[in-house]
Amino acid sequence: MKRSLRLARVLLSVQYAYMLEYRAEIALWALSGLLPLIMLALWSGAGAAADLSLGPAELRRYFLAAFVVRQFTVVWVIHIFEEDALQGRLSPYLLQPLHPFWRYLAAHIAEQATRVPFVLAIVLAVWLLGAGASGWPPPSTWLLGLLVTILAFLLRFLLQSVITMACFWSERAAALERLLLIPYLFLSGLVAPLEAFPPALRRLALATPFPSMVDFPARLLSGAEVDLLGGLFTMAAWTALLLPLFLLFWRAGLRRYAAMGA
Amino acid sequence: MAIIEAQGLGKSFRVADKQPGLGGTLRHFFARRLKDIPAVRDVSFSIEPGEVVGFLGANGAGKTTTLKMLTGLIEPSAGAVEVAGFRPFRRQASFLRTITLVMGQKQQLIWDLPPLDSLRVNAAVYGIPEAEARRRIEELAEMLELGEELRRPVRKLSLGQRMKAELLAALLHRPSVLFLDEPTLGLDVNAQVRVREFLADYNRRTGATVLLTSHYMGDITALCQRVLLIHQGRLFYDGSLQELTQRLAPYREVCCDLAAPYPPEAFAGFGELESLIGQRLRLLVSREQLTATLSRLLSSFPVLDLEVNDPPVEEIIGRLFREGTVG
Repeated sequence: MKRSLRLARVLLSVQYAYMLEYRAEIALWALSGLLPLIMLALWSGAGAAADLSLGPAELRRYFLAAFVVRQFTVVWVIHIFEEDALQGRLSPYLLQPLHPFWRYLAAHIAEQATRVPFVLAIVLAVWLLGAGASGWPPPSTWLLGLLVTILAFLLRFLLQSVITMACFWSERAAALERLLLIPYLFLSGLVAPLEAFPPALRRLALATPFPSMVDFPARLLSGAEVDLLGGLFTMAAWTALLLPLFLLFWRAGLRRYAAMGA
Repeated sequence: MAIIEAQGLGKSFRVADKQPGLGGTLRHFFARRLKDIPAVRDVSFSIEPGEVVGFLGANGAGKTTTLKMLTGLIEPSAGAVEVAGFRPFRRQASFLRTITLVMGQKQQLIWDLPPLDSLRVNAAVYGIPEAEARRRIEELAEMLELGEELRRPVRKLSLGQRMKAELLAALLHRPSVLFLDEPTLGLDVNAQVRVREFLADYNRRTGATVLLTSHYMGDITALCQRVLLIHQGRLFYDGSLQELTQRLAPYREVCCDLAAPYPPEAFAGFGELESLIGQRLRLLVSREQLTATLSRLLSSFPVLDLEVNDPPVEEIIGRLFREGTVG
C-alpha cells in the first residue's frame, strides 16, 4: 500500500511537471471545451429555454456545471496510446512491472490539475456575467458533484481504453473514437439536459453510458434533483461491463503486438 | 545452468500483400490479402550467466525480433524460450525486475524533463527505496561520468549524454540480464568507447549477462568473447569471436584520397577495388598483404590521405553470405 501511494505520488508529480511544460496548449484546450457555454447562450435566447422545460436559472446552472464536468472528463488515451504503439514507445512501458495504463491515467489526472486555474477563471467570468446570479447549491452538493465528476471521468477513461484496444488490430484506431464523439455529444447532455429530451430519445440515451459522463454529474453539481443511488448504480454497472472487456482485449491485443518501431 | 535458453524459436508476421497501382489498391480495399513473413526460424542457443554475447546480422536478419521474444515484448510463433527461469511473454513482475532492454534508437526518458524525473519514476515503479535509489543513481552516474546532465531536460542533452542517461535508467533496478540493441548507434567514437567501457565494467562488477546487437565491430570486439550470427532469420554461427573474425574479415578496407585521377585498371594487383569515385579510392586488401600493399600504393600513387578500417560488419556479413562461405 505504501509502495503504491509512493508510486502514485511520484507518477502524478512527474506528470504534472511534464504537463506544465505545455501550459499554453492546455489553456487553449480549456477554451476549446466551451461547448456547454455556447449551448447556454443558444438555449437562453428567445424563449428557447421554455422548450427545455427548465427555468432560466436552472438552465444557467446546468450548463455551467456541464462545462466544469466536461473540463474534467476530457480523455485522450486513444490518441497517445496509438502514437506510442506506432512509434515503439509502448515497448519500454511493457517491460516495466507497471501496467502502462496507470501512466496514462496519471497523465490525464496531471493534465486536469493544470487545467484548474483556467477553468476557475472561466467559471468566475461566466459567474460575473450573470450565470450564477440565481444562487448556487451548498458546498456539500458541490463536493458530491465533484466526486461524481471524478467517477464520470474514470468511466469515460475506461470506455475509451476499451476502444483503444483496437490499436492492436488497426493502425488507425483513433478514427473509432471520432465515430463515438457524435453520440457522446448528443446523448451525454452536453447539447441539452437529458430531462429536456423527447421520451424515446431519452430512453435511447439512458441505454448508453454517455449520460453518466455529463448529464448525471452536471445535474448533481448544479443542485438539481437526481436519483443519486440509481446514477451511481448505472456507473457501477457500466464499469463492471467495461473493465473485464478491457482486460480481455488487452490480453488478446498483446498477443498481436508486433512492437513496431522498436 | 543456462540463464537464456532458446529452442527452435520462430516468429512470423502477418502482413498485407498489396499490388501497386489503382487496381491493386481497389482489390486490396475490397479483398485484403495477407501473407505470413517468417522473421526468425528455428533459432536455438543457450547463454550462461555472466556471458557477454554479441548478436550479429545484417538489417532485417532477425536480431531485434529475437531480442523482442527474449524480453517478452512479442510472443514466439514457434519454439520455446526461457530467461532466468521465466517464460518471457508471461511478463511476470519478477521477470521484468530481472531484465532490461536498451534500444539505441528508442528512449524511455521523458523528453521535456530532466533524466532525474524519469529516474524517480523508475525507482518508484521498481519499488527501490528513495535513499537506495539515490545511492544507485550516484554510483551509476559516476561510472557513466554523468553529473549536471541529469538535471537538464533530456531534449537539451547530446546524443552521447542521452544514451548514458538511458543506460542509467535501464540499470537502476540492477537487472541481471541485459539486452542491448545497438546501444552505441549514432554516437561519436569517444562516446562509443565510454559506453563500451561502462558495459564491460558493469559486467565485471555485477556478473550480469549481456546480449548485445551492434553494427560496430568495435562494440563486439571490445565486449564479446562469443557471437551469434543470424541471417535471414536463421542462426548460422554460434562460437568464438576470434574464429568468426578470421572467417568473416580476412581483409581490411583501405580508403585514400588521390592527388590526381586514375582509371580503375591502375589499381589491378592492389586488392579488390570496391569503389573509385572521383579521386576517392576504396580497396579491400587481405590482412596478410596489407603492409606490402600499402607500401606499394604509397610509392606508386600521389596519396593525399589514407585510412585503414575494418569493413562495416554488415558489409562483411553480406559478402560472406554472397560468397556462401558460412552455412
